[in-house]
Amino acid sequence: MWKKLLTQRPNGVARPYPLMVWMLLGAALLALVMLSSLLIGAGDISPAAAWQALLGQGHEEANFVIRELRAPRTLLGLITGAALGCAGALMQTLARNPLAEPGLLGVSAGSAFAVTVALLLGASSTTLSVYVAQAGALAGCLIVLSAARLNGVGNDPIRLVLAGATLSSLLLALTSLLLMFDQRTADEIRFWITGSVAGRDLATLKELLPSLALAAVLTLLIIRPLAALALGETMATNLGHKPGRIRFVAVIVVALLVGAATAMAGPIIFVGLVVPFIARTLVGADIRRYLWLCLVIGPIILISADTFSRIIVAPAELPLGVLTAMIGAPVLLAVVRANRLPRL
Amino acid sequence: MNTVEKPILAASTPPSAPASLRAKELAAGHQQHLVIEGLNLSLPKQQVTAIVGPNGCGKSTLLNTLGRILAPKGGQVLLDGKDIHALPSKQVAQKLALLPQDTTAPEGMTVLDLVRFGRQPHQQWYSQWSAEDQRIVQAALRAANLLELQHRELDKLSGGQRQRAWIAMAIAQDTPLLLLDEPTSALDLGHQIEVFELIQSLTQEGKTVAMVVHDLLNAARYADYLVAMKAGKIIAEGTPQEVLTAELVYELYQVHCQVMPDPISGVPLLVNIRR
Repeated sequence: MWKKLLTQRPNGVARPYPLMVWMLLGAALLALVMLSSLLIGAGDISPAAAWQALLGQGHEEANFVIRELRAPRTLLGLITGAALGCAGALMQTLARNPLAEPGLLGVSAGSAFAVTVALLLGASSTTLSVYVAQAGALAGCLIVLSAARLNGVGNDPIRLVLAGATLSSLLLALTSLLLMFDQRTADEIRFWITGSVAGRDLATLKELLPSLALAAVLTLLIIRPLAALALGETMATNLGHKPGRIRFVAVIVVALLVGAATAMAGPIIFVGLVVPFIARTLVGADIRRYLWLCLVIGPIILISADTFSRIIVAPAELPLGVLTAMIGAPVLLAVVRANRLPRL
Repeated sequence: MNTVEKPILAASTPPSAPASLRAKELAAGHQQHLVIEGLNLSLPKQQVTAIVGPNGCGKSTLLNTLGRILAPKGGQVLLDGKDIHALPSKQVAQKLALLPQDTTAPEGMTVLDLVRFGRQPHQQWYSQWSAEDQRIVQAALRAANLLELQHRELDKLSGGQRQRAWIAMAIAQDTPLLLLDEPTSALDLGHQIEVFELIQSLTQEGKTVAMVVHDLLNAARYADYLVAMKAGKIIAEGTPQEVLTAELVYELYQVHCQVMPDPISGVPLLVNIRR
């Protein structure tokens, strides 16, 4: 069976390997990455000691670090990466723009802004509802997509990104401004606001599960019409779909996912851009195929970035958001500088 | 190009029953601006109807309104006697396929990927790809002479092949009605003939086709029924032989010409065209 799966099809075939092969490879890689995230850290627990702890034979300190710090962190990375990767894929399909990405377009920034406002109004970061983050993401998403529908912007990927970058920097500036007035809040969320999966407890994750489940169900319901939307609005209508309704549901899903990711890990940029890009390259531009792959590639990238962030300036840690920005910026530049953008 | 003698899709199922499409006192347009007003048209069943007329006369608006992409500003479009906008969109999609003028597909999409989209109106969100879907898609590919090219990327095909792929998708939709907006624009002569012959072959299995065509000569040659539009109104309709006269050509395009039958096929030809 393996031989059959791996055999290349005749000349000019777009996808030499089927989705299933990439999913299996991705899952294997993800398992490896998660394991290294458990074994490697900025502290003075050696990977060998961590391995012992994983097998249940470690000493107390190692056990604590693995179970209470690294395991939740890895789990949050898994969920955040998957959510951001899928949200990026959905936004790119919605906007028919390969540069659409929650981080770049101000969706994450909207979410972060909403959370900051809620904190200033007296909520505490431990009791803060994720719905605030999701409402902020929804607002950001609606603002930037309506800007993209304005005359002349809709067909130009770069201009949508400009509109999004403007919204994004405006919201992040406002967030910083608000934090200047309130030292308590600023201290509480300093690490979170730059993007980090460290130090969050699993209670947040539990709170998120219902909305993540809802996002998954909604995605399954609209995935086929959404694929048809890639052929244009007229074609989607012709095939019996209702483009307005599909868009609406997709925006809700993006808000649920980005809000959840931001509530967990703060505004993280570029993951939503890079992940769908890789997935499309591997299995083609049909969202019914590449969305599955985003589910695996997102966590791979996020967890490995998080693991790197622990070791490059050890014993200190680099915030994850800083690292993804440092990796993502050259990627974006390369994409923009390429002779032509891929058409979605 | 394979000429199709037997029905393309009817391997196990009988060809879909013909459906009727009718515009009744139709008014349509964009925003505040009415392009068409008080238009009545009934598409002759199982024939190719060509809609011709000068730029901006409302041909595409008419086609898009008939295909329920645009909502009428007045009057009705009746699909089998029922208001098309009152019917569930999916039900309409099982009876009527529309191919718009400017089509774009995501990069890297293959011919097969595209044609498979044609089956969407026949699927439920939970249902898997069926053997019937598979058979119809392959039959549509065969009809459009694309079997060998089915795994190729659309971007890497010639304009004619790409257009045939879009038409194959419309065929795979397996509808009794087919609306095509300028299916041969931007194609060279050889590719135009290829596409027109494919369209002609569709009526042989009971499909009713309406197409907007820019070229009057091709319209006369490949259509059974000609609808001439000017300023949002139908000014003549009938078989090309009945309708196509020097007077009509002058009224439509303000050019003088003479009409004579093609010595071989007998379809009307325009000669001695001048301003």
